[in-house]
Amino acid sequence: MADYPKNVVQVPTFNLFREQDAGKLPVLDVRNLGIDFGGLTAVDSFNITIGPTEIAGLIGPNGAGKTTIFNLLTGVYQPTRGSVLVNGIDIKGMPVHKVNKLGIARTFQNIRLFSEMTALDNVKVGMHNEIKCSFLSSLLRLPGYYHAEAAANLKAMELLEFMGLADVADQKAGSLPYGVQRRLEIVRALATNPSIILLDEPAAGMNPSETAELMHQIRRIRDTFHIAIFLIEHDMNLVMNVCETIAVVNYGKIICKGTPEQVRQNPAVIEAYLGKEDND
Amino acid sequence: MSFLQYLINGISIGAVYAIIALGYTMVYGIAKMLNFAHGDVIMVGAYVSYCVTSYLGMPAIVSILVAVVACTVLGIVIEGLAYKPLRGTPSLAVLITAIGVSYFLQNAAQLIFGSAPKNFKSIVTMQPLTLFGGGLTITGEVIITIAICVAIMVGLTLFTSKTRMGKAMRAVSEDRAAAQLMGINVNQTISLTFAIGSALAAVAGVLLCSTVPTLMPTTGAMPGIRAFTAAVFGGIGSIPGAMLGGILLGIIETFSKAYISTQFSDAIVFSVLIIILLVKPAGLLGKQIQEKV
Repeated sequence: MADYPKNVVQVPTFNLFREQDAGKLPVLDVRNLGIDFGGLTAVDSFNITIGPTEIAGLIGPNGAGKTTIFNLLTGVYQPTRGSVLVNGIDIKGMPVHKVNKLGIARTFQNIRLFSEMTALDNVKVGMHNEIKCSFLSSLLRLPGYYHAEAAANLKAMELLEFMGLADVADQKAGSLPYGVQRRLEIVRALATNPSIILLDEPAAGMNPSETAELMHQIRRIRDTFHIAIFLIEHDMNLVMNVCETIAVVNYGKIICKGTPEQVRQNPAVIEAYLGKEDND
Repeated sequence: MSFLQYLINGISIGAVYAIIALGYTMVYGIAKMLNFAHGDVIMVGAYVSYCVTSYLGMPAIVSILVAVVACTVLGIVIEGLAYKPLRGTPSLAVLITAIGVSYFLQNAAQLIFGSAPKNFKSIVTMQPLTLFGGGLTITGEVIITIAICVAIMVGLTLFTSKTRMGKAMRAVSEDRAAAQLMGINVNQTISLTFAIGSALAAVAGVLLCSTVPTLMPTTGAMPGIRAFTAAVFGGIGSIPGAMLGGILLGIIETFSKAYISTQFSDAIVFSVLIIILLVKPAGLLGKQIQEKV
């Protein structure tokens, strides 16, 4: 596990795509992004480029602005400065649902499933833009409706199966165990057919064996769907093992970018997490 | 026997309240706002139907369809012009706007049709059903109203549970931000909700005026308030709750008129509401939301 992934270009600069991503358009291209809330600069000069099949991590102390960055990337917040390009298209001014259609999906730090709906229906909500069936034909139960419904059910079940959730398809999302809800949120995000998926603390509240399973699943998602993954996580074991590139933020600014090895040894990172030695 | 008669009449008027309450509850569930203009959309629906039959001489069924279309458009326009620009503002601003829209519709109707009541001709031509040798009379209006109410209930339940847009509506009502991030167009979903609610209001308006044939610009106001009460009674935001609340309210109202006092019937209805809310603050079928401390 430690030597995974073998195919990463081991060059000591950031933003080098994996070999198979070379020469391809980055799925996410963030340039000089910044946002102010009143007088407070929450994020400033944030730059990152993520290749089509890259697993990247975003770490930093609590309150560093990580979730704010995710909100900027998904169009929830409009940036004060800079731009976000998803698959080469600037998301500036776009409503959130259109940004999602460009190919960016996410999960949430505090689980936000539709808890009154079944697991299957949660996934089908994710497939909203994919189910092509007119209002009229679903109302009148025309053959097209059954066809689209059957196809949607099949795909949703396949996705649930992929994360080992097929058994709970008919249960209410809110009644599922915590770890299962976390996985269901990932399935729901995958259902929107993204080219990059943002995971906001996917391992939060998980025990070590669940976290190990999650690491395996994150790689499997990338390898199966050939999509990029960008994750925020506090579990350093997960981040160091899974991510090929890591960006460290503190006070809304990137303080270090690089491979797990580089980040681990960077003095600025150590200082951000542990404080200055001579300060004590 | 008169008890049974009152009960059936109560269910019938309750069914009208239920159809109106559905509009309140769906809009509240999805847009998180109280659309106090909803009662006046009923009145507009009834006027449209009245005009189509009286001035154009069209058959009743055509008048209902025209009323439904007109109210659907009206609902979407009201939402787009008055409420949409206020999305994200405090809910009080939207509430006041809704009251403004309500007065606007009432006064517009007064300008166009005058304040003198119009005599609404019932759309139902069905003969009354007489049972028990004349002991019990069920009018055609009662039968049609209850039948339409059941059909609407079944249709809405199927719509919200089975269709793609129905699922989107449930998703938006549970968590608007998360639904948006799943690629759901929230504005479009809210417009659809207003469209459905207003279409139902048109049906309710025609049914209401078929039962109580006086039509004037304030016709929708009191049934609107009662239906809002019914929605709260059943648990606002809940579709089965609106149905249950509407029908119970109709029964309570009819019984209080029959056995206690006609004048105090509204007071009794609202007292029951207060008692229910004291015992079950979320309404009969509403969800109690536990706030984490």
